[in-house]
Amino acid sequence: MSLTAKDKSVVKAFWGKVSGKADVVGAEALGRMLTAYPQTKTYFSHWADLSPGSDPVKKHGSTIMGAIGNAVGVIDELVGGLSALSDLHAFKLRVDPGNFKILSHNILVTLAIHFPRDFTPEVHIAVDKFLAALSAALADKYR
Amino acid sequence: MADWTDAEKSTISAVWGQVDINEVGPLALGRVLIVYPWTQRYFGSFGDVSTAAAIMGNPKVAAHGKVVCGALDKAVKNMGNILATYKSLSETHANKLFVDPENFRVLADVLTIVIAAKFGAAFTPEIQATWQKFMKVVVAAMSSRYF
Repeated sequence: MSLTAKDKSVVKAFWGKVSGKADVVGAEALGRMLTAYPQTKTYFSHWADLSPGSDPVKKHGSTIMGAIGNAVGVIDELVGGLSALSDLHAFKLRVDPGNFKILSHNILVTLAIHFPRDFTPEVHIAVDKFLAALSAALADKYR
Repeated sequence: MADWTDAEKSTISAVWGQVDINEVGPLALGRVLIVYPWTQRYFGSFGDVSTAAAIMGNPKVAAHGKVVCGALDKAVKNMGNILATYKSLSETHANKLFVDPENFRVLADVLTIVIAAKFGAAFTPEIQATWQKFMKVVVAAMSSRYF
């Protein structure tokens, strides 16, 4: 389901509104994922504290949202733009790519909470498509 | 089908108690039809679903949203027995309506997003976790009669 020109411009416009709160959104989305989908905690067994709002969760949520923000910048060439991150997830982290969908869902929940008026159905579909395309690009090198 | 602690049961009742089916049902179903347009295949007789505005203004979509959301009430009132509660609805969706059970997952996720937007920060990660467990059990029960 490739991104249309309209999808890209909706995502960019919405991300303009999100970027000021990116750290908060990232931390919260990650915290929600770890709480509502406890199987995802297996990837973070090296953290002392996996609760929402903890230091490692805040730091890592910020890292993730930063990368997503960068991906908005390379939205025309996600596979190329995310190549190094795909290598990382494929060969070093070896995160099962099914989890990208789970994190995406929690990002959508967090966006709906923080931007209830802006997260319209039209924005929802564009962001959902973008996160799916991003996830596919992230999984590109897996095999 | 699943074990519920007293805390989980009261969380689900509390969340559901604040959901206005007449508002949330149409919003959730409309959003499903917009965000996942292939789901429109089930609603050929509903009239104009050609744009997001048409969908959100369509009275048949709104009415059906209330029906679907209203059926969740049965699960909330029978949490110890969700599988049995949805046996015949599952059979109807499988054998008469021919609805792909993947759609139950899709609706559950979109409903969660709509409720999150309504509740805001009050929809805490812990409440979300309990709500998503409840959605998972409902989806499994609705999928249970597909052979």
